[in-house]
Amino acid sequence: MTIHIENLSVTFDGFRALKSVSIAVDKGESFGLVGESGSGKSTLLRAIAGLAPVSGGTIEVNGEALSGTRRSRAFRRAVQMVFQDPYASLHPRQTVDRQLLEPLAIHGIGDGERRILKALDEVGLGSSFRFRYPHQLSGGQRQRVAIARALIVEPEILLLDEPTSALDASVQAEVLNLLEEVRSRHGLTYIMVSHDLGVVTHMCSRLAVMRNGEVVEMLSAADLAGSRVVSDYTRRLMVASKGFSREAVPG
Amino acid sequence: MTDSSSSTPESWRDWLLTAEPHSRHQARLGRAYVTWRRFSENRLAVTGLVIILALVLIAIFADLLAPHSATVGNLAGARLLPPGSSGFLLGSDDQGRDILSRLIVGSRITLAVVALVAIIAAPVGLLIGTVAGFAGGYVDAVLMRITDIFLAFPKLILALAFVAALGPGIENAVIAIALTSWPPYARLARAETLGVRNSDYIAAVRLMGASPTRIVVRHIMPMCLSSLIVRVTLDMAGIILTAAGLGFLGLGAQPPMPEWGTMIASGRRFILDQWWVATMPGLAILVVSLGFNLLGDGLRDALDPREAGR
Amino acid sequence: MKPLLTVNKLSVTYPTRTGVIEAVRGISFELGRERLGIVGESGSGKSQTGRAIMGLTPPPGIVRADALSFSGVDLLKAGPATWRDMRGSRMAMILQDPKFSLNPVMTIGRQITETLRHHENVSKREARRRALEMLEAVQITDPERVFDLYPYEVSGGMGQRAMIAMMLVCGPELLIADEPTSALDVTVQLEVLGILDRLVRDNGMGLIFISHDLRLVSSFCDRVLVMYAGRIVEELATADLSKATHPYTRGLLDCTPKIGESRHPLPVLERQKEWAA
Repeated sequence: MTIHIENLSVTFDGFRALKSVSIAVDKGESFGLVGESGSGKSTLLRAIAGLAPVSGGTIEVNGEALSGTRRSRAFRRAVQMVFQDPYASLHPRQTVDRQLLEPLAIHGIGDGERRILKALDEVGLGSSFRFRYPHQLSGGQRQRVAIARALIVEPEILLLDEPTSALDASVQAEVLNLLEEVRSRHGLTYIMVSHDLGVVTHMCSRLAVMRNGEVVEMLSAADLAGSRVVSDYTRRLMVASKGFSREAVPG
Repeated sequence: MTDSSSSTPESWRDWLLTAEPHSRHQARLGRAYVTWRRFSENRLAVTGLVIILALVLIAIFADLLAPHSATVGNLAGARLLPPGSSGFLLGSDDQGRDILSRLIVGSRITLAVVALVAIIAAPVGLLIGTVAGFAGGYVDAVLMRITDIFLAFPKLILALAFVAALGPGIENAVIAIALTSWPPYARLARAETLGVRNSDYIAAVRLMGASPTRIVVRHIMPMCLSSLIVRVTLDMAGIILTAAGLGFLGLGAQPPMPEWGTMIASGRRFILDQWWVATMPGLAILVVSLGFNLLGDGLRDALDPREAGR
Repeated sequence: MKPLLTVNKLSVTYPTRTGVIEAVRGISFELGRERLGIVGESGSGKSQTGRAIMGLTPPPGIVRADALSFSGVDLLKAGPATWRDMRGSRMAMILQDPKFSLNPVMTIGRQITETLRHHENVSKREARRRALEMLEAVQITDPERVFDLYPYEVSGGMGQRAMIAMMLVCGPELLIADEPTSALDVTVQLEVLGILDRLVRDNGMGLIFISHDLRLVSSFCDRVLVMYAGRIVEELATADLSKATHPYTRGLLDCTPKIGESRHPLPVLERQKEWAA
């Protein structure tokens, strides 16, 4: 499955969140979207998922053009999303088991018992977590459940919206390792949004730097690491991600 | 491992509160138990629960508990006897009927009215509110304007109009009250739905391909339930009073039904000299309304989503 | 030199239905006119420490200590009037998200002048002048305009600068900053830290910088305390951070992905029971 986005525009009530953005992601690739708040990176992800109103341009997934917010059944199985806030992405009144069963029930996939146990195992949670409610789980555990939920339908593309921003540093490392492992095992394609350059260069091979709804620069992670950057904004982001230094402060 | 052979309080409690439930059943019971614990710490709430349970039991065993007939009175020798007279604990009314027995049998009517109104009005309100909140757009606008129309009328007046159109009687009174009770529940459900609609977990289910019906019924309605239950419980006092009001006006239960409001109406004439005929049913209404209010308040604290499951 | 703040065996506990939660378990440190960072993950007790020092532990929390004193004032024995006097004028606290820590129904200017007039006897005109001065000091280019804006009308970075202005307008000696830049974009973070840096230096304040970001804290502060499960597991000068000895500190340093490094998989922190002892 390849993803082609051409001149995509998204407007919310007059506010132009995305202004003619074009990116292309190959099958099996891990692609990063970096930017600060208001850059449109999360909006782009949601537009692919069918959660944002498209006002112009095209989105093509594997040659098939997507229109508006309607998506086919097959798409809904092939493309899944992991959200940023682990405290908001699980239904507070349903057990882990129930929430993992839901996508199977919607797609009419049988053999639920085995698949649930396998999914939990794959994300490093034992079967003892199966009947817990979200408030009985830590942030890292909730995020693992969210990943299990995304994986249980055997998708091909995962859209990751800042999956580790809300987690402690040590937990973040665990979840990033899990995501990498899952990707290599199943040959998944990732589009990952983050504000953290360290995370993006670790997880992705190519990335797009976004600002105010536009793509400022597209480059490989290797180029970023080697400081072979073109745009001033990207350079500023790199400097800011190194921490505080008196010389770095603007003005 | 849980010890299923022993039934000592210790092991039951551990089974319910365990951090690793082994089945859906266990998880749900455990959660209910935690809510019960939070509820039972509030003495007033428990008082309310006790009052309502007493009401239910009295209604169930009314025939066994009532010392005299509730409808046939001793016109010759027992008219308007004061409370404390032999055999008439709360006195008798102008037709020689024992007030205590009338109250006991009348509890059935009270309970039936409250239960029927809740069963009719709450699901209707829940459905309209969640559909309106989730669909948005003109569906929301149309449904809410209908709700507004019903809300615009004072409850009692609207109920009066329905009963006047349908004819007096307790069944019609129930329908009338139910028709006027659902709008606040619709409003409540809609507000909850609006709050929940844009959350990530709903987006996640949408991304899985769930149909709007499935999302509303399986994912949004459960989130509205706590507030709805609390609101319905608190409204029960008002429902009793409305039914009593209709009865008082002669448009609800018809004599000789021992409905409490009707009893107050017929006792009005004797209020100065034989105060007990009107006052006793009034006290009964007071106690039951208080019970529902305390229960509702306690439920609100226990079901507070901020403390969900702690 | 006498320390500005002395903390000796501070503990904060919360009695709950299911037992007692020990958020902070007997920590001790001193603060002079320097910058001290307190680093820890969620549940480490770092925020609770900051709040205990400010007397802002929410009930039913109980604060106990062998000694807790600020500039000669015994904080353990301070009554509400003493606290009201000290907070804002001698000790101040900046919180994480200005969306939640600024009063949404009061203009920014009004919030600053209110703080000022509560602590000092100044006229309205003088208060306004000082507030505008302060807004300029936090690099808000259009102080007159921002003075009349409500918090929801300004960006996150500007809101945080307004919060700093509000807290520093009376010139406190101690500033506690609880994750002051976590809710901001990276480039804005740098600006706000620069402002804090300059103000702390110019006024000779003592600063406690609470954060989960070890790298950020080490680049900004002179000394760092690393907290885990309510205790301080390591205390060292930031210049010596690479020589940290405690496995938790080393683990924290190692587990964050950095640009240019390629460690697949990332080293993961193996929590040992002894750390929480």
